[in-house]
Amino acid sequence: MNDNDRSGMTLIVKTVTRLTLGFILIYGIYIGMIGHSSPGGGFAGGVIIALSLVHIMLAFGRDAALRRIHRGTLRVLTGLGALVFLYIVLCNPNTALGRIALPICEMLIVGAGLFAIFVALVLLSKGHRDSE
Amino acid sequence: MCLILFSVGLYCVLRKRNLIKIIIGIGIMEYAANLFFILIGYRQEGRAPIYAHDQVIKNMVDPLPQAVVLTSIVLGLALMLLLVAISIRIYEKYRTFDITKINRLKG
Amino acid sequence: MLEIHLILLFMIAAAIIAVEVRDMLSSVVAVGAVGIGLSLAFLVLKAPDLAIMQLVVEILSLIILVRATSHRDLPFSASGRWVFNTVSTISFILIFLACAYISLLNLPVFGAPQLRELSKFYIDEARTLTATENIVESIALRFRAYDSLGEATAIVVATIGVLAIARRVSIKGKADDER
Repeated sequence: MNDNDRSGMTLIVKTVTRLTLGFILIYGIYIGMIGHSSPGGGFAGGVIIALSLVHIMLAFGRDAALRRIHRGTLRVLTGLGALVFLYIVLCNPNTALGRIALPICEMLIVGAGLFAIFVALVLLSKGHRDSE
Repeated sequence: MCLILFSVGLYCVLRKRNLIKIIIGIGIMEYAANLFFILIGYRQEGRAPIYAHDQVIKNMVDPLPQAVVLTSIVLGLALMLLLVAISIRIYEKYRTFDITKINRLKG
Repeated sequence: MLEIHLILLFMIAAAIIAVEVRDMLSSVVAVGAVGIGLSLAFLVLKAPDLAIMQLVVEILSLIILVRATSHRDLPFSASGRWVFNTVSTISFILIFLACAYISLLNLPVFGAPQLRELSKFYIDEARTLTATENIVESIALRFRAYDSLGEATAIVVATIGVLAIARRVSIKGKADDER
């Protein structure tokens, strides 16, 4: 398990991750947005986007993943997504802004779901890596 | 039939002494409960509750428990996240996963 | 009906393996097998939305569980006073199964659910009241949007909880003053 601490996984995993990462990200956004007419919807899309970021973290080690997105940015985005989602749900009871608000609302569900899960996972792993 | 799955998870939670096994048992119970809800609302020769483009579909499976179980799956994920986080901290404090040895209430 | 029984048998076998095997990594893999079997069962039961969600959430749970068990060694635990424990556990499970069987007799026949009026209302009116064609989606986001609000709240609370649990005290002297 020493290689895992030093530089991530083997070269095969790193190459495959580099090739498939953009595809996973776009697929997650697609599933998040296709919720109206096909199975999918905000939460599944958000989890898939979070999985793409987890993929970076698993393959390249913790430090390389955190160099791309700062920790503070993740937390701010999570809180912002949650707050805007709360505001939209509470202020449009049934059809206040109508159809304009609903897709935005769902995209924010994607935002809140994705970033929250990813922040939880990355910081959990980072939290118990610090003690070893 | 899926009550057998549920009782497997229940047995695991009650009997096993390793903390991770207990978490696995809770996960198995959650899978069994979600499956039970979907099994109740299944109509024979039903269709998935999604309207195709201009099709009038007479019989659909019940969409209400599906929407509820959707939320329940995500809640189960949140539960597992918190359980595993707590168990990692317990491991760092007591150096073991055996629940009979984790009995010192220290601050 | 046959596929559902086969998938259930596979899930039960994988669950028993997950519970009984001593090696921790094998038991986590077996839980992954149970989860993927559940996703297959959702597909057979005509719930594609749930199948996607269950598959993805299962992958995430597997990653978390492997992360929790891979670096830690597992001690073999001696099971003392197991006679009383086994008897009480098995009697508890038998009582639970008896009550569940009694309640199962009251459920409607499998395959012909009595759709309550709420479900009928959702199916009939979902296309006209909302512009979406995915009924499960419209239920979860339009008719019952507060439940989805609660779900997002649960994710955010889990995030805050994990951040609070996995936090390291910055001053080294406070972190380990036990032992």
